[in-house]
Amino acid sequence: MSQPAGKMSARNWDEFMEGVWRQNPVFVMVLGMCPTLAVTVSGVNALSMGLATAFVLVCSCGLVSLLRKLIPKEVRIATYIVIIATFVTVVDYVIQAVSLALYDALGAFIQLIVVNCIILGRAEAHASKNPPMAAMTNALGMGVGFTIGLLALGTVREILGAGSLFGVSLFGADFQPWVIMVLPPGGFFVLGTWLLFFAALERRKQRKLAEATQNA
Amino acid sequence: MNSEAILPQTTPAAAMIRTLGLLSAICGLIIVAAYQLTYDAVQENKRIAVERAVFKVIPAAKSIVEYSALPTGEVEVIGAGGATPPGALKFYAGYDAAGRLAGIAAEGAAKGYADTVRILFAYDPATSSIPAYSVVAMRETPGIGDKILVDKDFLASFPLEAKLSADLKALANAIITVKHGSKTKPWEVDAISGATITSRAVGKAINDAAQALLPRVAPNLDKLKEKS
Repeated sequence: MSQPAGKMSARNWDEFMEGVWRQNPVFVMVLGMCPTLAVTVSGVNALSMGLATAFVLVCSCGLVSLLRKLIPKEVRIATYIVIIATFVTVVDYVIQAVSLALYDALGAFIQLIVVNCIILGRAEAHASKNPPMAAMTNALGMGVGFTIGLLALGTVREILGAGSLFGVSLFGADFQPWVIMVLPPGGFFVLGTWLLFFAALERRKQRKLAEATQNA
Repeated sequence: MNSEAILPQTTPAAAMIRTLGLLSAICGLIIVAAYQLTYDAVQENKRIAVERAVFKVIPAAKSIVEYSALPTGEVEVIGAGGATPPGALKFYAGYDAAGRLAGIAAEGAAKGYADTVRILFAYDPATSSIPAYSVVAMRETPGIGDKILVDKDFLASFPLEAKLSADLKALANAIITVKHGSKTKPWEVDAISGATITSRAVGKAINDAAQALLPRVAPNLDKLKEKS
């Protein structure tokens, strides 16, 4: 804490935004596609899946970071998996306690958070090398980024495929739902369109950058 | 990190065991704590889910009692957390505000298009009919198979006649799903065109469960009449 507060929070903010924007797990790293495509048939499912994953991410990265000096490198993957599985079990119980309907809707994908490569990737690449605060900030950023990614898919698919948003009907009874959007192919369509959009943004940014350097 | 990689060092086994042991203890504690803290809420949620499902198919019911119908032809109340004996069929008796039997509900299951369709159906002893059903779990195609929840013609098949044969061993007429628009008998289910397989699953699930359960319940109706 010897650093000035402003500088510290700027660094934290940087660490946080890494996952939310620059290294967004869904749109930039294209990781964790299994839950991304499978559970995003509605906004509520996407939000709860995102929050569950974010919780597991933050808790397991925090614990991995706390124990990082104790974990021998030979057994690190086993250790990470045990830690991740523990928090997934906690989430599993909590979701059952909150809503059984939600638990049924998310199905096996809650348990499958254990093998979500975003979490194992964060534990290996970041949390095992950084102090707990930094690791948890980074993990929180990734979790928020993942939730935003899922919501981007879930809301679009729910609006087009069911004519509602978070269960609230938007267009009235005459709306003819575009059913394919809530079926598996719809997941690929919507994800592809979002990736196209972000690729176009990235390309525009690079062109501007190139123009700026030429002018200079 | 790199200097370590050049000279590979092995960690003594004791250190690995110590770390994994410590970690297992911590993780075990976290899991047990989470289980204990959520147990009551989860059980309460499960109870509410069952109640809500039964009240939906027996709208007049205000309270329910869980029963099991034994292979010997007896029925007995299932206590809180109690298990059903082997070979017994579980059913719910719904009672109205005055404690009179409003209907019986039971689960049935049959293979649908994507996976097993699990349903809950009501049985009205006064009219020997099945007035309504609801879906407990299904993975049918959204927009096609899940029409069984909303299709007007399909839902108009209810109430279904479910009279027992003279010897009380089976239904007098098996409940069967027929092609869309060809329902003529009160025990036939009008299939949804385009979702025939799912429609058939509902008919079969009701028929299988009713054939097994109703012959056991029918002789005991007097015992069930009043809330015990």
